[in-house]
Amino acid sequence: MNAADKKRLLKEMLYARRFEERCYEAYVDRKIGGFLHLYPGQEACAHGVLEAARPGEDHVITGYRDHVHAIKCGADPKEVMAELFGKETGSSKGRGGSMHIFDVKHHFYGGYALVGGPFPLAAGLAKGIKMKGGDQIAICFLGDAANNQGTFHESLNISALWKLPVLYVCENNLYGIGTRIDRSTAVTEQYKRVCGYDIPADQVDGQDIEIVYKAAQKAVKHVRSGKGPYFLELMTYRYRGHSMSDSNAYRSKDEEADWSKRDPILILKNRLIKAGEYTEAEHKKLDKKIIDEIENDVIKFAEESPEPKVEELEKYVLAENDPYVCAENVRGEQQ
Amino acid sequence: MANMMYWEAIRRAHDEEMANDPLVICMGEDIGVAGGTYKATQGLYDKYGAERVIDTPISENGYTGIGIGASFVGVRAIIEIMSVNFAWLAMDQIFNSAAKVRYMSGGQLTSPVVIRSPGGTAHQLGAQHSARMEKVFMGIAGLRVVTPSSPKQAYGLLKSAVRCNDPVFINEHELMYNMKGEVPDTEFFHPLEGSEVVRQGKDITLFGYNISVHWCLQAADILAKNHGIDAEIVDLFSLSPLDRVGIAESVSKTHHAVIVEEAEAPVGVGSEVMAIINEECFFDLDAAPVRVSSANVPQPYNHKLELAAIPNKDNVVDAVVKLLGKS
Repeated sequence: MNAADKKRLLKEMLYARRFEERCYEAYVDRKIGGFLHLYPGQEACAHGVLEAARPGEDHVITGYRDHVHAIKCGADPKEVMAELFGKETGSSKGRGGSMHIFDVKHHFYGGYALVGGPFPLAAGLAKGIKMKGGDQIAICFLGDAANNQGTFHESLNISALWKLPVLYVCENNLYGIGTRIDRSTAVTEQYKRVCGYDIPADQVDGQDIEIVYKAAQKAVKHVRSGKGPYFLELMTYRYRGHSMSDSNAYRSKDEEADWSKRDPILILKNRLIKAGEYTEAEHKKLDKKIIDEIENDVIKFAEESPEPKVEELEKYVLAENDPYVCAENVRGEQQ
Repeated sequence: MANMMYWEAIRRAHDEEMANDPLVICMGEDIGVAGGTYKATQGLYDKYGAERVIDTPISENGYTGIGIGASFVGVRAIIEIMSVNFAWLAMDQIFNSAAKVRYMSGGQLTSPVVIRSPGGTAHQLGAQHSARMEKVFMGIAGLRVVTPSSPKQAYGLLKSAVRCNDPVFINEHELMYNMKGEVPDTEFFHPLEGSEVVRQGKDITLFGYNISVHWCLQAADILAKNHGIDAEIVDLFSLSPLDRVGIAESVSKTHHAVIVEEAEAPVGVGSEVMAIINEECFFDLDAAPVRVSSANVPQPYNHKLELAAIPNKDNVVDAVVKLLGKS
């Protein structure tokens, strides 16, 4: 990874941070409703892994903390914000919301709100890739708590058995909603749980994007070469609560302070400054530019976009005019 | 016209659709090497290979989700769930993923997956192998539910379900796989929506679907012979959506309705059809509609109790006679 790449990744992570913080404000202002799960603290995970893959081409799927993954895959931040605002111009036309960002043209197959739900879907995407003969891979990003669902074990078993091209990325942020991992999980180190399925697995620091990138390169190479699934555990931390309705009361201030010292943006920024590639002044300028861009471009678009029409409430439930539905259309003998 | 068994008709539909499109696959427990519990995929493993005729582990939610995920990228998976009782384990993927993905993605993504599964009371299989679940599936927006009452329907509905861009649940019945019937020799696709008048009549409409169509047919013969009652029978092969127009047309003609279902009555096909009758043609009724359905109990093992729990042709005859006030 050269200095230009590092600077670009720093910019992307900073953009993701400011985007999510602006979502927080918009939620407080009641511009965004429902449940909102924010990503600050975990930026190096999505960016480091996808940097080692082919975003926009590889098939990516995740849970409800999905804005940043979608944007890194190529989704337009304006459309993501408009979705959060419930607008017709949103990525899911205002029908999905924060937990259901989709951008299929960039091969981002969605955010899903049932913990562990995407595990089998990811394996299915991989099965589809394998049948169609491409060299893409499926990448499934989920949290540590999802690994206590049956779908985790069912999907790992089948993926290994069928040698499916799927990379499972576990963003281990140590909490399943408000329950600390050692209170919910017998084996807290998630990569160890995978050995029962004979799937290669690593555990690395999820706060240092260069470490994430290097580990992901190895994992992606393995999966893309047709050797079957891989499991990558990234040790990370979310700064906000599980969702906006979470007061974070279950964590100590000391723990939060310790993790904030290992902030992924801070780590990369300081490294670039130390190497003489970057300055504090450049960073401040960049930060201001990003904040302005989000305000003037992204928020403005979301604010000014129209809401979906109530007359179109039932649109998108079923396929429109599917020829196999009506007796007039189906071929062959009629009743 | 070929005379074939229900399972043979399903097998033929699989075979034709797999030959037509290399992205059609089938998956489920024991469907490959073993040929399927009800033979619905017999011989296909040898013909199409292990990548397309897939023996899955006993992980219903897992493999159903995999079929759904594969459908996101153009694969057409026909998933067999060995018994509908096991489909409860796959409900999360069916309801939360397959049925909702089109809506929550604003139309970007669709899940053209087919899930086939037999339910119903067979021979003393007990409470956890005898359930009817169509009532659950038909309450979910975004999912089509069809239920074939004959080999011809079993063939044509599966063919259309594979080609349709919506997720389709096909409700089969364990006792029907060996039922014989005529299936056209030429390829055909049965519409996924609508209903079929399988017997014309003027005095009363019997609504049935799947196995209960046959109880209605048997009852109609008895009613004609012993009671001088001319019953019309409407086959509700599409449970979601139900054919509002077809239901109203028949009731408007006969002015009487009995709904026959194997499932227990609460929150079922019968209650839904009654609601449609109320909404569409209440003033055409000459008497209140009646349901013939199972006792509201987990299915008992004891054969005598089992038979007492489910409806039969005699219950249909009795209900019609009582409703029309004739004997």
